[in-house]
Amino acid sequence: MPDLGLNVLLKGKNMQRLLSGLWTAMRISLIAVAISMPLGILLGVLMTKKNPVVRAVLRVYLEFIRIMPQMVLLFLVFFGTTGAFGWNLSGELSSIIVFSLWGTAEMSDLVRGALISIPKHQYESSEALGLSRSQTFAYVIIPQTVRRLIPLSINLITRMIKTTSLVLMIGVVEVLKVAQQIIEANRMASPNAAFGIYLTVFLLYFIVCWPISMLARRLEKKWKD
Amino acid sequence: MDITDNKENMTEAPVLLSVRGLVKSFDGKTVLDGIDLDVRQGEVVVIVGPSGCGKSTLLRCINALEPIQGGEVLLDGQKIEKDGKNLTAIRQKIGMVFQSYDLFPHLTVLDNITLAPQKVQKRPRREAEEEAISLLKRVGLEGKAGSYPRELSGGQKQRVAIVRALILHPEVMLFDEVTAALDPEMVREVLDVILQLARQGRTMLIVTHEMQFARAIADRVIFLDEGHVLEDLPPERFFTEPGTERAKNFLHMFEFEAVR
Repeated sequence: MPDLGLNVLLKGKNMQRLLSGLWTAMRISLIAVAISMPLGILLGVLMTKKNPVVRAVLRVYLEFIRIMPQMVLLFLVFFGTTGAFGWNLSGELSSIIVFSLWGTAEMSDLVRGALISIPKHQYESSEALGLSRSQTFAYVIIPQTVRRLIPLSINLITRMIKTTSLVLMIGVVEVLKVAQQIIEANRMASPNAAFGIYLTVFLLYFIVCWPISMLARRLEKKWKD
Repeated sequence: MDITDNKENMTEAPVLLSVRGLVKSFDGKTVLDGIDLDVRQGEVVVIVGPSGCGKSTLLRCINALEPIQGGEVLLDGQKIEKDGKNLTAIRQKIGMVFQSYDLFPHLTVLDNITLAPQKVQKRPRREAEEEAISLLKRVGLEGKAGSYPRELSGGQKQRVAIVRALILHPEVMLFDEVTAALDPEMVREVLDVILQLARQGRTMLIVTHEMQFARAIADRVIFLDEGHVLEDLPPERFFTEPGTERAKNFLHMFEFEAVR
C-alpha cells in the first residue's frame, strides 16, 4: 500500500484544525442560506408580479450574479470595496455577503419557476369553489409550490456549501486552506501527504453534503405528482 | 330516462339565472355580443356551437371568472360581478366543473372535496366528510376517498370534480365540456352522473359536444355562433328542424353518409 501520508492527520492538532476549517465553511454557508432563503422567496414572488420595473430590476440582478464567476464576486466585494469605498470587510463577512447575494438570486429564480409552474386552472378552480385569494394561496398554491421547491432548494444548499471552497482565495481559513497549510508544513517529513489530506477533505465534504442530497431525493420521490 | 315528464310546467318555474345583454371581448375582439338567456329553476340548458363560438367563455362569464364588458348576470336577482363584495357568497351557489378536472394534486380525494365546505362555508370537518362520503357513494367512488388524484382515471377524476362542486349545495351547476378530455370509454360514466343530477331536478347549464347526450338531457338547446344566440329550442325541434342555416350546417357535421 502506498504511503498516503494519513499519519500526518494524527500529528498534533491537525484533524481538529481540519474540522474547525470545515466549521468555518459551514458557518459561512449556513448564514448565507439563512439569509438567502427568505430573501429569495420574497424576490421570487415579486418576479411573478406584473410590475415591469420591478421585474426588470430583478432580472438584471439575477443575470448579473449568474454571469459573474463567484470568485470575481468575492474579489469585487473583498478587495474592490476597500479601494472604492475604503471599507475594510473581513474575508468571512465578504464571503457571507457574496454567498447571500448569489443564494438569493438563485433561490428567487427557483421560487419564480415553481410559482409559474402551477397551472392557471388551479387558481380558477379554487376561485370557482369560492375560496378567497388568500385561502387559494394558503391551501392550494403554496403547498404545491413548496413541494416543488424543497428538493430544488436543498440542491442549492449543497452547491453553496461546496462553493465555499473558493473563499480561501480571499484569505478565509476554511477546510481547504487548512489542508494546504498542513501539507505545506509537512512537506519535508511526509512529501506524500497531499493525497491523504485532500482525500480527507473530500470525505468531509461528502459527509456533510451526501445526507442533504439524499433528503432532497427522498422528498422528491415522496411528493411526485 | 324519463326526465322530461315532470317538467311539463317548466314555464311556471321562477327564473334562477338571468343573463342580460352580456358583452365579452378579448383585446378588442368581441367574443360574446349581447347574450340574453334565462334559466328557470330545475331547467337543463345545453349550449352547443362550433369551437370558438364563445360557449365556454359564456360559462366563465356567468361565474365571473372573466370580467365582462357589458350587460349583467343575475342569480336569484343578485348581480354577479368580478370584483363584487358578495362574490364569494354567490359563487357557492354556482358549481362549476371544468374540462381538465383540476383537482388539487397534493390533496386526497376526500380533502379535495371537503376543503371548500370547511374553509369557505365554515362547516365542521366531520359533517363535511360524511356528506363527501355519501356523495362519493352516489357516483360509485366510495373506495377512493383516500386516493390521490394521480391514482385515478380521467373519468374518476371528473366524477370527483362533480362531487367537489355538489358538496357546496349550489343552486346551479355549470359543466364546461367535461367529457372533452376523456378517453371514449370513460365518457359514459361521467355523463351518467350528470343524467342522474338532471333526474333530481338540478338546474344546469351544460356545454358539450356530445349531441346524443344533449338531446337526451336538455330541456332547451341554445345554439351559439359568433357570439350570438342563434337558436333557443326544445331538443327535439333543434335536432330535427333547426331554424337557421348555420345550425343545420353545424348539425350536419355530426352525421356521416354511407360510402356505399
